[in-house]
Amino acid sequence: MILLTCPHCGPRGISEFTYRGDATVARPTAPEGVDDTSWVEYLHLRDNHKGPHDELWHHVQGCRRWLRVRRDVVTHKVISCCDLAGDPAGDVAESNP
Amino acid sequence: MSSHTSRYSLANLIRHGLTGHRGWTPAWRHPEPKPEYDAIIVGGGGHGLASAYYLAKNHGMTNIAVLEKGWLGGGNTGRNTTIVRSNYLLDGNAKFYEHGMKLWEGLSQDLNYNVMFSQRGVLNLAHTKGQLETFRRRGNAMHLNGIDAEILNRDDVAKFVPSMNMSPDARFPVEGGLLQPRGGTARHDAVAWGYARGADQRGVDIIQNCEVTGIRRDQNGVVGVETSRGYIATKKIGLAVAGHSTQLAAMADVRLPIESHVLQAMVSEPVKPVLDTVITFGAAHLYVSQSDKGELVMGGDIDGYNSFAQRGSLAIVEHVTTCLMALFPQFSRLAILRTWGGIMDMTTDGSPIIGTTPVPGLFLNGGWCYGGFKATPASGWVFAHTVATGQPHVLNAELSLDRFHTGRVLDEKGAGPYPWLH
Repeated sequence: MILLTCPHCGPRGISEFTYRGDATVARPTAPEGVDDTSWVEYLHLRDNHKGPHDELWHHVQGCRRWLRVRRDVVTHKVISCCDLAGDPAGDVAESNP
Repeated sequence: MSSHTSRYSLANLIRHGLTGHRGWTPAWRHPEPKPEYDAIIVGGGGHGLASAYYLAKNHGMTNIAVLEKGWLGGGNTGRNTTIVRSNYLLDGNAKFYEHGMKLWEGLSQDLNYNVMFSQRGVLNLAHTKGQLETFRRRGNAMHLNGIDAEILNRDDVAKFVPSMNMSPDARFPVEGGLLQPRGGTARHDAVAWGYARGADQRGVDIIQNCEVTGIRRDQNGVVGVETSRGYIATKKIGLAVAGHSTQLAAMADVRLPIESHVLQAMVSEPVKPVLDTVITFGAAHLYVSQSDKGELVMGGDIDGYNSFAQRGSLAIVEHVTTCLMALFPQFSRLAILRTWGGIMDMTTDGSPIIGTTPVPGLFLNGGWCYGGFKATPASGWVFAHTVATGQPHVLNAELSLDRFHTGRVLDEKGAGPYPWLH
């Protein structure tokens, strides 16, 4: 099982976490003003890179914090894992072959 | 067409038997790529090969090629749990899959190749009254689309699957189920091989070990493909590459509503016949049937996070086998023989995409999520129409790529635009 090193709880198996997908997708700040094309980009279109992927995980069985994880989707190596709130002290790098 | 001696028939079996079976010829050729084709299908799995077969058979396009980076049927065609069904709720899906079911019913004869299609029924189990009601709704919708469906109550289920745990004290007691009697299983490799042989006999070049590395365009649309075996010119490209749809479409600057995820499947050690239908477990996620070799073939959910690795985590294996134990406690001492994974191109509405793209001459057949294998004949049929005529067939009109722009998405589960939830 892939281990995520939660900046608050330490290394935990991903069965403790809930996946929330691509972290690079940003909801338009004024949705009533956007055109169809940018709305479709936000809602549906994904880069789906074959390599490092930035994604959101919720530590739902732990500290319940939202984490931003960079993971290689081919090797499952976790490159970084930090609190979404961006606390620099919470940043950890780890290797998880 | 090839000579009559390579046709598979009892007469030829006897004739070749008398000469020590030394007269059989290979089922398809291994041609060198030509400099130019009228159309190129990228991907030598079931969908690509079926598309080539129907391009040749239905549309008379025989100067075409199928390019495969590995070997035929080495991707998801050989990794699925071989289930065939058309028990869908929404019109856009139901009519398409039912057309496929009708093709399945005559496929072995059409291809002159035994795809071992076995209509043993597909039974969805319900564990609550509410769930049975939603099945009733889906069953009624299926009837309206001319598809067979039967609601079974608890006693009917007990009679239909006598080996299953029907105890009211079970962890998830069975309330009833929705049966599609015409559903069943087919031999997945045979489907790829049968279509390959049929396409080859009609003149299609099937080129293995040939990876597409780029798509060349001019201002009017596509003009050819760069491959590991050189440049090949063509005005029409059909993509049928499963988990790598994103990467191939990106070669023509097309972005897709797709994420790639790993779906696992597994088999037990082989045992004598114990299960003569396909069961899907409605309380959690399990589908199980027994192969002709005797193995129990099982699958469950995708692992749930983006993945291009053709392997998954043991958590899913544990989940699937736990579900199996809940239904069939007597299987608890069976060993798991093999597990494997395949990469699914999961769309944001859980339904496939077959149709045109913003790039003239580039066509897409992908986004199969869990449902690719059973769709193989229908997918090839309508994709061939789309590539040949440049327009979608009536059966894939609703499966267009632009449905994500118009808002006419086909979300069977109502799960929203989250590929990992479909």
